[in-house]
Amino acid sequence: MKNKLIAIAAFASIAFSASSVALAGDNVHIVGSSTVYPFASYVAEELGQTTRFKTPVIESTGSGGGMKLFCAGDGMDTPDITNASRRMKPKEFELCAKNGVHDITEVVIGFDGIAIAQSKANKAINLTRKQIMLAVAAEVPSKDGSHLIANPYHYWNEVDASLPHRPIIFYGPPTSSGTRDAFQDLVMKHLTKHMDVYTKLYKADKKKNKKYKKYKTVRTDGIYVPSGENDNLIVQKLIKDKNAFGIFGYSFLEENSDRVSAATIEGVEPEPEAISSGKYPVSRSLQFYIKNDHLKKVKGMQAYADLFTSEDMVGEDGNLADIGLIPLPEARREMAREHIQQHTKLTVEDLKH
Amino acid sequence: MNKMVSNKATRRRYLGERIFKGATIFALTIAAAFLVFFFYNMITQGVSALSQAEILVDIHYNETSAKSYKKAVDKPYRKIVSRGWMRTLPLYMEDHPELMGTNAQEWVTATADVDQYLKGKPNRLKEKHKKKIDALEKEGKVKLAFNTNFFTRGDSKMPELAGIKSAVVGSILVLLVTLAVALPIGVMTAVYLEEFAPDNRLTQLIEININNLAAIPSILFGLLGLAVFINFFGVPRSSALVGGLTLALMTLPVVIITTRAALRAVPSSIREAAYGLGASRWQAVFHHVLPLAMPGILTGTIIGLAQAMGETAPLLVIGMMAYIPDTPTSITEVATVLPAQIFTWAGESIRAYEERTAAAILVLVTILLSMNAFAIWLRKRFETRW
Repeated sequence: MKNKLIAIAAFASIAFSASSVALAGDNVHIVGSSTVYPFASYVAEELGQTTRFKTPVIESTGSGGGMKLFCAGDGMDTPDITNASRRMKPKEFELCAKNGVHDITEVVIGFDGIAIAQSKANKAINLTRKQIMLAVAAEVPSKDGSHLIANPYHYWNEVDASLPHRPIIFYGPPTSSGTRDAFQDLVMKHLTKHMDVYTKLYKADKKKNKKYKKYKTVRTDGIYVPSGENDNLIVQKLIKDKNAFGIFGYSFLEENSDRVSAATIEGVEPEPEAISSGKYPVSRSLQFYIKNDHLKKVKGMQAYADLFTSEDMVGEDGNLADIGLIPLPEARREMAREHIQQHTKLTVEDLKH
Repeated sequence: MNKMVSNKATRRRYLGERIFKGATIFALTIAAAFLVFFFYNMITQGVSALSQAEILVDIHYNETSAKSYKKAVDKPYRKIVSRGWMRTLPLYMEDHPELMGTNAQEWVTATADVDQYLKGKPNRLKEKHKKKIDALEKEGKVKLAFNTNFFTRGDSKMPELAGIKSAVVGSILVLLVTLAVALPIGVMTAVYLEEFAPDNRLTQLIEININNLAAIPSILFGLLGLAVFINFFGVPRSSALVGGLTLALMTLPVVIITTRAALRAVPSSIREAAYGLGASRWQAVFHHVLPLAMPGILTGTIIGLAQAMGETAPLLVIGMMAYIPDTPTSITEVATVLPAQIFTWAGESIRAYEERTAAAILVLVTILLSMNAFAIWLRKRFETRW
């Protein structure tokens, strides 16, 4: 008995002493967007299977969570790459700079369209960005348009008489998600920044009413249900709740096209061509950010970035197109490769427009 | 008159009893129905993941196929044979130069779409490929074989290659670390509190805190693990070591509480007899009390470990919920665990992962049930009644 206990204690102390081994640079460590995750892990696996490098480790943390980890410092215990389904915000760039991360390269890999989807059991529907904005904003213009009121709409025909009498309900991503950011930017901010009824409040008191400059607050009265980073969950909710609309990326729409269909937005269907040409209004670019200081120390990091931007992956007939990535135009793909080769340094000015 | 009243009261009491009995049976039925529904759902979904489509193809090992791996098989097969297998050929040929210039006929893994088509599930196979598969099936060159990939490979973005090996090995490493840390510390703490500690305010406070710790939401242990092990001690993120240490924190209170209960169950006559023969306190505890309490301690530990094995929330915070297809070989390498693997697959957009998710759940449940069964067996086998 005594011997056994001593053996266990010895094992425990070995376990503890091993903890002094620092994080060695033998895996590329990647964090970030859950929308980019399927593509990034596909490339990671390709690297692990076709070369002698180890498979990079990818954590799906959401774009915002990834930026936080990425910008936490420049040390080897911080992520080497972060994926994002929106561009880095100037605020995040400053956080990076403050923590010693100065040399970052931005690489755009493709597009993703945000689908407003519903169960296939419904009739096809066309929505405008304005109608969607009025359905999900926390505060909307009053009937005469003179001031803002808490969102009173519970049925689509209240928003617009031409729409059916159908309860408004949205299942969408939570605030940590890049899809949510993009949805708010492309559908809400895009309109509200030109609407007097919002901006006049901002002009009246720039400090207190800052949110009204580009209003994008989503209602929290149970009409918009944040449904986690798991898009399959939203698909399942849509099948059960025929009235509901779900907000998720194009790849999920494509994979589940036998169960859900997308609403057309201003008459345009979310299809690869319409998304990459910008005709489909709710689309965004997908990108990743490289910590250039890590390039020399982490084996396989450069190879990973090269492989990701190769024609085999992000090209028109690339493997990532098969799993739902919408390719960039050729010139921009070439530009992405150039950025990686020259380690083009990202500046805060790049992010401001 | 009196009789009437008592009869009425009795009848009312019987009625109350019947209602109560009915309610308990109803509760049992609901609980059982949930269980049956869960297992039915998982088994019907998961069983098909145990087979995987394979195709008999001619493989050409030559200079061209070493450069462009798709050339290794004939053109009509390129879209129905798993690219995940084809892409490994150049490295395989590099390792086996003697194959150069030879041809071979082998059963190889088909794409997930072919697999789903053969299983009659939704797929995105093109019409011409469907025809090809139908033709091959008549010739006996396509079959559903046992899915060895599922048990011998790690995670993959191609469902046909995705397996649970790296997650299972990760789980084992994590549990070993948890056991190595939680068992000695937990048992020692319990022995001190039960056998040596004076009964004062301080020890009472410690006791209350330990009991409370057992009920704390597990995600908080993850945050503690992140702050202490990763940020302060610099343990590698996502490694089995940090996972095991974090889960050990979570398991400790369970081990302490069950060990104390087991020690308390040893009658004091044993200790007194030991003292009577001149044993010191240490000798009484380690020669007599602890061995007698061991079955109880082990039972509690196994149940604590089973709980740790199914845990995901704390691991999310310390980076173990990630895409980690390589099987870890040491506790400092990055690793993932079975529940994390299930979570990852549940979020995949490709439909073929559905059956694999269910199959992985079945594996996890089987492991947990056998751990619990082992604990019950231990108790039954070694328990002493006083």
